[in-house]
Amino acid sequence: MKRLTGFLLVVLAVAGVLWADSALSINGAGATFPYPMYSKWFDEYHKKNANLQINYQSIGSGGGIKQVTEGTVDFGATDGPMNDEQLKVFQDKHGFGILHFPTVLGAAVPTYNITGVDTALNFTPDALAGIFLGKITKWNDPAIAAVNKGVKLPAEEIVVVHRAEGSGTTYIWTDYLSGVSDEWKTKVGKGASVNWPVGIGGKGNEGVTGTIKNTPNSIGYVELIYAESNKIPYGSVQNSAGVFVKASLAAVSAAAAGKAKEMPDDFRVSIVNAPGKTAYPISSFTWLLIPEKFSDASKRDALKGFLKWALADGQNYAETLSYAKLPKEVVTKELKAIDKIQ
Amino acid sequence: MATTTTTVPSAGPVTGSRSFLSRLREGDEIARMITFLFAASVVLITLLLVFELWQGSFLPRHKFGFHFFRTSVWDPIFDQFGALPFIYGTLVTATVSLLIAVPLGIGAAIFLAELAPARLSDTLEFFIDLLAAVPSVIYGLLGVFIVVPLMRQYIQPALKHSLGFLPLFQGPAYGVGFLTAGIVLAIMVIPYIISVSREVLLSVPRDQREAALSLGATRWESTWKVVVPFARAGIFGSIFLALARALGETMAVTMVIGNTPVISASLFSPGYSIAAVIANEFTEATGDLHTQSLIELGLVLFILTFILNGFARLLIVATSQRGSGTGHA
Amino acid sequence: MSPRLRWRKFVSGFMLTMTGVCALVAVSVLFLILGYLAVHGGASINWNFFTKLPVPVGETGGGLANAILGSAKMLLLATIFGVPIGFFGAIYLAEFSGGTVAFVIRYAADLLNGVPSIVIGIFAYSLVVHPFKQYSTLAGGFALGLMMVPITLRSTEEFLRAVPRALREAAMALGASKWKTIVSVIVPAAYRGILTAVLLAFARVAGETAPLLFTALGNQFWSPGWQQPTASLPVMIFTYALAPYDDWHRQAWAAGLVLLGLILIINIVARAILSRGIAVPRT
Repeated sequence: MKRLTGFLLVVLAVAGVLWADSALSINGAGATFPYPMYSKWFDEYHKKNANLQINYQSIGSGGGIKQVTEGTVDFGATDGPMNDEQLKVFQDKHGFGILHFPTVLGAAVPTYNITGVDTALNFTPDALAGIFLGKITKWNDPAIAAVNKGVKLPAEEIVVVHRAEGSGTTYIWTDYLSGVSDEWKTKVGKGASVNWPVGIGGKGNEGVTGTIKNTPNSIGYVELIYAESNKIPYGSVQNSAGVFVKASLAAVSAAAAGKAKEMPDDFRVSIVNAPGKTAYPISSFTWLLIPEKFSDASKRDALKGFLKWALADGQNYAETLSYAKLPKEVVTKELKAIDKIQ
Repeated sequence: MATTTTTVPSAGPVTGSRSFLSRLREGDEIARMITFLFAASVVLITLLLVFELWQGSFLPRHKFGFHFFRTSVWDPIFDQFGALPFIYGTLVTATVSLLIAVPLGIGAAIFLAELAPARLSDTLEFFIDLLAAVPSVIYGLLGVFIVVPLMRQYIQPALKHSLGFLPLFQGPAYGVGFLTAGIVLAIMVIPYIISVSREVLLSVPRDQREAALSLGATRWESTWKVVVPFARAGIFGSIFLALARALGETMAVTMVIGNTPVISASLFSPGYSIAAVIANEFTEATGDLHTQSLIELGLVLFILTFILNGFARLLIVATSQRGSGTGHA
Repeated sequence: MSPRLRWRKFVSGFMLTMTGVCALVAVSVLFLILGYLAVHGGASINWNFFTKLPVPVGETGGGLANAILGSAKMLLLATIFGVPIGFFGAIYLAEFSGGTVAFVIRYAADLLNGVPSIVIGIFAYSLVVHPFKQYSTLAGGFALGLMMVPITLRSTEEFLRAVPRALREAAMALGASKWKTIVSVIVPAAYRGILTAVLLAFARVAGETAPLLFTALGNQFWSPGWQQPTASLPVMIFTYALAPYDDWHRQAWAAGLVLLGLILIINIVARAILSRGIAVPRT
């Protein structure tokens, strides 16, 4: 009995010591699209500010929006901006609004694993729509072969891989497909979570990349860095000017250049199918979702500090990870908007 | 210890032969009340769980009613939610797993109960129990890296080649899908079938076997035609237990089923199960209807496993009573 | 020997051999699992794994130290929450109650035991995470503790009941009160069995992943205190296995080996304790 009591006292003492929150911990969740960027950022920022831990969980943009609205995380992240209805839900629930802050620019690329093909294929908008609608079923279909002369495409069935959960990357991809294919627009629509006509689901950009890596003759859509760092080939997409463009920092920046000057005050903008000969047509901003008001002043100040850093020094980490820096005009506008956070 | 009464208290629950105050002083009443509180909290928690599930699925229950179970569309954008693909996936994977696990499991149980010498039987049972302790996520890990490539490269093409005329084995070989999930589930539920069946077989009275053998039956005939039928109820109980486990399995299934809400005759097709869709979509279901539809799926799963577990226990108890009683068909 | 008899003998031998094969297949699965984990995970278990935090995506050299600690904290909470309820509840069932009340309690415990772990996750989310707007180690520990309750309750009750009546009656005859009898005689007599029950319940929830998805979320840093999200071994295995990075795959194997090793060791120890104790009926 005495030993039991002694043991319990030790347990309670340890618990008491561990109870004290030694560091300020801020929790965020959301998009997997920018996760490589954010995991680097939060790690670097923690090294500079040892008392601050910004814990980011990549659960998908849908999760980010939901959790920040529920209030179970302090901030969210998404590549598909919140629509008016979602903004209203947040406003009604909290009594104040939520702000979008673009952080970097990225690209959603069609990445594939085709036996015998390791070059970059060309994809027309119709080909992509057809594949994801399930109408183009074999790799050697004329719609694909016609723009890929010289490449030996196998007569194998295409395995489509999409996201299993609510995803901003899905939003970007379906935003693009809705813009280039009326059939897609009416049949499936654009959103973070759609009713996919064909394909298997992977969890997160990570899961889709993993599935493509392991499944022969598959195709899916992932953020550029996922295809690059895993050394899987990705294709060029024909943009609105008719040019086949492969996703790159320059091509993504070109897509954003047009919109940069007329960026709306709430920063919600789509840059898919951007005009311009060098623009990559499936580019997108990615946003952090920060509530307008914080009851905890230390969290608010910490986040504002981080945002300022991300828009300045943080941008220098972007290009090594294949994300494009924000245009200067957008950064200036954002720095002003940070003051809106109270 | 000082006693103030001259009567000797009984060993059962305290009756009114001593006054309340004296019981209180000796701590028994307090002990009874405190332990009752703990025990009652179990009931409270369970009631609360059922309540939360019921309350939390209010919206879809009222909006869709029983239509929920007949619709296949799961569309968060247009707020249409139908449970059919998930119920289908759950049932199909469970069926496949039982088709594999039941013959293997009963076979192994027969070996352990009838043939193996006691020491071997106990040792093997020890290993089987360890197999039951392996967590689901480890099965998932092995599923992703071992079973899925095996399926995609060897097993599915082989099945397609030999049995491809059946609609069951058509379609591209993704590696993931109903069949793969069923196989992984089979490995997970075999230990339950083996250990429970072995117990019930061991509880069959000796004279049953001896009677059969003395009438000239071979070992196998005595086992298969006399002992197993005698333990039939318990064996069914073990199957229900295994089924209940297979229905509720989350992690291993999520990792190998393909995460696509489709209903397909082909076992090669990717699919979805109730537990898998909840795991994937719960944290990000935007909109109350979506979240509550997932909770309603959870309620469905709960009711299914509740009924199965109930049946299982009845059957197992019935067999052991039969074995220890005068025992006749 | 008539042909028919020969055939029946052949069938008998054949079928019985097949059952042996079935048993062999079932048992060898265990060794296959252990073998794969040892081979793939063993190579990846290094000092880094146990001491380092995860590094940014794409970089190597990270570890799962925070997941190990997170799992340990949640399991501690689960034990503190689940075992007393199970233990004291079992004392009530075995010593104080009778009839309908006992039936209801047992029924509720069996019901709780059969609840799929994902549904426990939903329950814990709506009870602990949603109202307090916080993913936390506490919520994860609560979910796991819930799962420990019915196992501990039923097993402990069995072992308490198995204590011979003679012991109880002897204590009573010496004038001990009910409570004193329980504390000084019955519980010590059933001690080994109860310990086994607790260990087995612990091993069972140590590997649970689904309830943690909605309660503990995850954390790439150390989780300070008890009210912040935390990483855990099972969830990391799940996340890393599905990712495309080879370095993460290696870590998933290593984590799998550590987790399974822990669970199997606890199981073996628990059964060893039981087999050296007084004879009690198998549960």
